[in-house]
This record gives sequence, structure tokens and C-alpha cells, in this order.
Amino acid sequence: MPYLKCRNALCIACLLLAACQRQHRDIRPSPTRLAIYGDAAKEDALRPGGRVNSQPVVNNPYNASAYDISEGQRLYNWYNCSGCHFNGGGGIGPPLIKKHWIYGGEPANLFDTIVKGRPNGMPAWGGRIPEYQVWQIVAYVRSMNGEQPRSATAARLDTIQTNPQTIVNRTTGPTK
Amino acid sequence: MKRTFVAGLLSTLLLWPLGAQIQNQPDDGQWPMAAKNYASTRYSTLGQINTSNVASLKLAWTFSTGLTHGHEAAPLIVNNTMYIVTPFPNYLYALDLTKPGAPMRWVYQPDPEPSSQGVACCDTVNRGGAYWNGKIIYNTLDVQTVAVDANTGKEIWRTKLGDINLGESITMAPVVAKGVVLVGNSGGEFGVRGWLAGLDAESGKIKWRAYATGPDKDVLIDANFKPFYSKDRGTDLGVKTWPGETWKIGGAAAWSWISYDPTLDLFYYGTSNPGPWNPEQRPGDNKWSSTLFARRPETGEAIWAYQISPHDMHDYDAVNENILLDLTINGQPRKVLAHPDRNGYLYIIDRATGEVISAQTFGYVNTSEGVDVKTGLIKWNPTKQTGYNTVRDACPAPPGVKDWTPSAFSPKTGLIYIPHNNLCYESQATQANYISGTPFVGMTVRMYAGPGGNRGVFSAWDPVQAKTVWSVNELFPVWSGALATAGDVVFYGTMDGWFKAVDARNGRELWKFKTGSGIIGQPATYKGPDGKQYVAVLSGVGGWSGAIVSGGLNAVDGTGALGFVNAMSDLGKYTTKGGMLYVFSLP
Repeated sequence: MPYLKCRNALCIACLLLAACQRQHRDIRPSPTRLAIYGDAAKEDALRPGGRVNSQPVVNNPYNASAYDISEGQRLYNWYNCSGCHFNGGGGIGPPLIKKHWIYGGEPANLFDTIVKGRPNGMPAWGGRIPEYQVWQIVAYVRSMNGEQPRSATAARLDTIQTNPQTIVNRTTGPTK
Repeated sequence: MKRTFVAGLLSTLLLWPLGAQIQNQPDDGQWPMAAKNYASTRYSTLGQINTSNVASLKLAWTFSTGLTHGHEAAPLIVNNTMYIVTPFPNYLYALDLTKPGAPMRWVYQPDPEPSSQGVACCDTVNRGGAYWNGKIIYNTLDVQTVAVDANTGKEIWRTKLGDINLGESITMAPVVAKGVVLVGNSGGEFGVRGWLAGLDAESGKIKWRAYATGPDKDVLIDANFKPFYSKDRGTDLGVKTWPGETWKIGGAAAWSWISYDPTLDLFYYGTSNPGPWNPEQRPGDNKWSSTLFARRPETGEAIWAYQISPHDMHDYDAVNENILLDLTINGQPRKVLAHPDRNGYLYIIDRATGEVISAQTFGYVNTSEGVDVKTGLIKWNPTKQTGYNTVRDACPAPPGVKDWTPSAFSPKTGLIYIPHNNLCYESQATQANYISGTPFVGMTVRMYAGPGGNRGVFSAWDPVQAKTVWSVNELFPVWSGALATAGDVVFYGTMDGWFKAVDARNGRELWKFKTGSGIIGQPATYKGPDGKQYVAVLSGVGGWSGAIVSGGLNAVDGTGALGFVNAMSDLGKYTTKGGMLYVFSLP
């Protein structure tokens, strides 16, 4: 009995700790975090004979937090990422739910892709999206591939809502 | 001067014998423009291949384009040369038909901007070119029109017409009428301001540009503009039917087909959906989106317009082909155009005035309940209005009962052969933010098969009786063009890769051949230098419907490719990508 109690306490402590991470949010992103990006995120070195993961020096400072991932999801729609990549399946742009990434799928690669753009149609968002928001979008994109703790991952919006009035206010009446 | 005039008059007379019906176009066995002729009949008078011998049709030769995006173009055949326009990067191949196996004479590479691929809504397709006075004229994805010497492959001129950073691109095949190249932009999903431009065919200089939104002077509407219906009359409707200044990003692109009637001196084309798809952000009729226009080629001046789908809530556009026909309807000879619209109605319209003679559904429709030919108004079904409320089982889906896939008309049978879809959808609008050069849609969509479960249909329509004569169900949407011939054989291709020949009178399958990839191209036929009839088609799946394969999309997200992925999740089990030309003849 005492053992069980102890284990329960441990579990609760663990859950609380996990919940801390889950709920972590940066109210004012620190300048050091904003200055992380640069050319630190390198693409794979050219190595004959197989993939070598020489990645990456930079970690996403907005990782594993449900708040940041859900913010990332909101921003993913807000900045029209969804316009081309939809809810991860792709369309105009390539899918984001996948194993093999053209320019690397590590957080630093994704950050670079968003900030600098890519030649076949991906716009460069550097200077248009604040860097902490780019990291939040990176966190969300990673979550689509199961690369974030499940407890922090938001559901993708690829279903049609049954009762939309609960989430959006109608701005106009029926139009015709 | 006088001689030119007489020669011009003579050729006009030769081309237009008195009293001839417009559908009986002169035919020299070549294929000089995507739609074959100005009337857009896609009908060839060649009859060597006919219902009794087509079963023995054999592969004559092939040609790989080396590209893997959707191949929607029609091959052109002029002076014993075949010209192929590819999807991005928009190569132009010239193949020598006088030699065995048709070896390549030259390839022209226009080198369009790679980033233009990011503003192509529905794969990086191109629908082909036009031959004019020793030149092949076509468009590149990055909003340029080029003219290439048909003999040498050298560039003669190129004209930049728009800006990919505004979301503009071009995928359509131009038409040259009276020495004016007619070109329109794409980008109804990117908040462009739609236009159609007229370029001098010899110099590439822009003569005029007609916008589809904005004040009348920009739309090239003046005193000669006489719409048939009062709903389309008024001043500056391209401004007044939009909230605020949203007409500036309202879409209404001209990304598809153009027909031309030299006698009336009018050309016809339709404009695209309004942007964004989310209709709650743009209350009003949204003129001149989803509208048919009749204009003069030399000035661009609008003569009439008919808005087919006012306040288009379903991405129906009005861009589908207009087949020009002279028919006797209810005992009266009528100069009409036949327009199978995405909204599901096949419109027969007086092409001199814009009056709707009939508009009957040619597939399953529940988003509307008929078209009143007295007022020209479509009666939208209020229970299928899209918006922030979820709407389910709305039919047809955004690609319509039929998308860009061009029909053919046979003067022998009097029937229109229509490649089309059977798709329904569910949707919910979201707030669309305008960010220049990115999509402006605001609609979550999932499509699926319509009643019966087959996603495609190929059918024959009687434009006089306004009814379907026969139809063939297909597994996938029929995304290829149709070709009709004097041999009473009609050709089309399927997305699972079959190229089919059917009997023009009853739809009975007479022959089929399995190509390497799904077919979304436009078949053409011609007389070779050896006097034999050949049939050519590009295979190479892609386009909006085939993006799941050509773009390697992930079927786990049904909303992908504007919701088309949901309906096409199994396409990858039936076909792989890869562009290849197939040419057939009798042994």
C-alpha cells in the first residue's frame, strides 16, 4: 500500500512536470532565441554512399509545448501555409506529412526553408513572419509527422466541423 | 495591296462558302490549334479509321517528353511536323513526320522562372499552342507568351504579360484571330485580377487588355455593349457588385478556351470563379466572374456578356469550351454556341445576342434548381449554399459536372461528346487572408463520388433536343479531351491510362490501348505524309484531379489539392506519372 501510494505520487509528479512542459509558453521571446537562426542549419553534406545525418546544431526553442504547437497551427493557416500544403497532404506545394524531405525535415531545416524559401515555388518568409512564429510553425509541422509529444499535438483540421457556429461568428447573413 | 486584298477575299470565300454551317469547317488533315478549328469542334473529316476497322488500330510510334507533371496539351500538326508543348518548363518539341519514327527536329526551351510552379493552382500544366503564319505561339507558366519559328525553332518574340508575385500564371492555349493572339491569365485561387489580352501576332506587342473586374473602361465595355439580360446591364458592375475594393483581388481569370466566329467577328470565352472561394467575404454578384463574354478580336471591345453563375459559391467558373454551331431549333435556324458548364447545365446560347435558348443538366446537380431562360438567372438551392456553415452532399463538386476537358462535336451525328465528372462534396469556409502570391481560397473541401459511385462519365449530347443520347461510366473523372472523326469513331482517354475508341452513335467500345500513365491530354488526328490517318495523344497523369500522383500528395489528408485528394486517394494504385506521346495508325 505505501508503495502504491508512493508510485501514485511519483506518477502525479511526473504528470505535473510533463504538464509544465506542455503548458510552457514564452510571453516575451528572448532576443537570444530570436538570434538563433542564421546559417547554422546546414543541409546535408555531400557524401557518396548513403545519408549521413550531420544535423543540426540548432534546436527549436518552441518545442513540445501544446501552446506553441497550437499557435503554430493557427499561424500555419493565417499565413496561408495551408493554401498550398493544405492540412499536410499537399496540393500546390508538396505534402508535409512524409518521411523524405527534399531540404531536410529537422527543425533547423524547416526553419531555413520557411525563412529563405526554396526555388520551385516556396516563398521566402524571412522578414515577414517573426522568427518565434516561424519556430511555432516548425513545431506544428513536426507535430503532423508525430515528431512532437502526443500530449501536446493538436488535431489536424482536415475534417469538416459539424457545428461551426461554436468556433466562428458569421459575419454576414446568407448572401442571396 | 490590291492583290493582297483579292487574295484575302478569295481565301475568305474559300473558307466560308455561302450558307455553310459553321460546324462544317474546312479541313486539310492538319491540326493547327488545340481545338482544331475556330468553331472548336475537335472534329476531323478524316475517315480512314472507322467503326469497322478501328479494332485493328496499332501503335505507330512514341515520344517521351522526359517530364512527370500533368500533360494536358493537344499536339499540333502542321506541314508534316508535330509540335508538342509540355507542362513546366514548357518545352516545345518539333517532330519530323516525314521520317520513320518521327525523330525530333528541334526543341525550344523558354526557361520560365522555377518559382512560377508555386502559383499554379492545379499542377503545372499547359494546354497547348496555336500555329499562325509560320509561327508556333504558346504561353509559359510564368506569364509570358512566346512565338517560335515553326521551321527553325528560333524564338521570334516573347512578351511578359503579368507577374507571378501577384499570383498570376498562364496554362491556357492561345487562339489567333485576325492576327491577334488572344491570351488570358490563370490565378482564380490566388486573388489575381483576371484579364484577357490581345497581342499582335507578328510583333508580340500588346494591343489591348480587357480586365474582368473593375470599371467599365478597364473591362472594355462601351456604348456597343448589349447584354441580353437586364441582370447584366448597368454601369461599372465590375466594381458595384463587390464589397469595397475587393474586385482588385477578385479572380475572374480567363484560363481556358476561346472560340471565334469570323462572320460575326466575335470571339467567345468564359471567366473563372471569383476569389476567394469563401463567398461570405464577397457578398454580391461579383461581376464579371463566372461569365461568358463576346468580344471583337481587334479591339477587345465587349459586345455582350452573360454571367452564368452570379455570386459563384462553388468554384464553378464559366471557362469551359464554347462550340460554335448553326442549328435548327424549334424550326428556326439559330447561330448558337454550346457551352457545357461546370455548374452542370449545357447552355445553348444565341452567339449573336447572348440569349439562352436552353439550359439543361447533363449530370447530377443539386446546388441549383434550374435556369430561367427568360431572366437568365440560375436558381441556386439555398440548402447547398456554401459558407461558414458546413454544407454536405453538394453536387457537383468544384470541378463541376465537367471541368476544362474539351468536348467534340460531329456534324455527321449532330452530337456533342463530353468528357466529364460525377463528383459531390462537403465544405466549410474559413477566413481567407490575402497575401500576394499565395492562395486566396478560404474553403476546406472534401470531394467524393456522386450518385452511382463512378467518378467519371463520357456522354453524347443532342444540342437540339437538349438531352443525353448515350453515356459510358468511368472509374475516374474523364480528364482528357474528346476527338470526333468522320469515321464515326470518337476517342478519349481515362485517368487509369486507357485510350479508347467508341462508336459515335451508341458509345459502344470498339478499341482500347493501355498507355504508360493516366491520360489527361487532348487527342488529335491528322493525315501523314504517307497519306495514312494517324491519331495522337499525350499520356501523363496530373492536373487538378491527378495531382495526387504527379505531385506525390499524401492521401491521409483528404483536403489536399483543394479537396480533390479525397476523391482520388486510390489513383496511385492504377497509374504512375510520366509524359509520353502515343501515335496510332492502321497497319
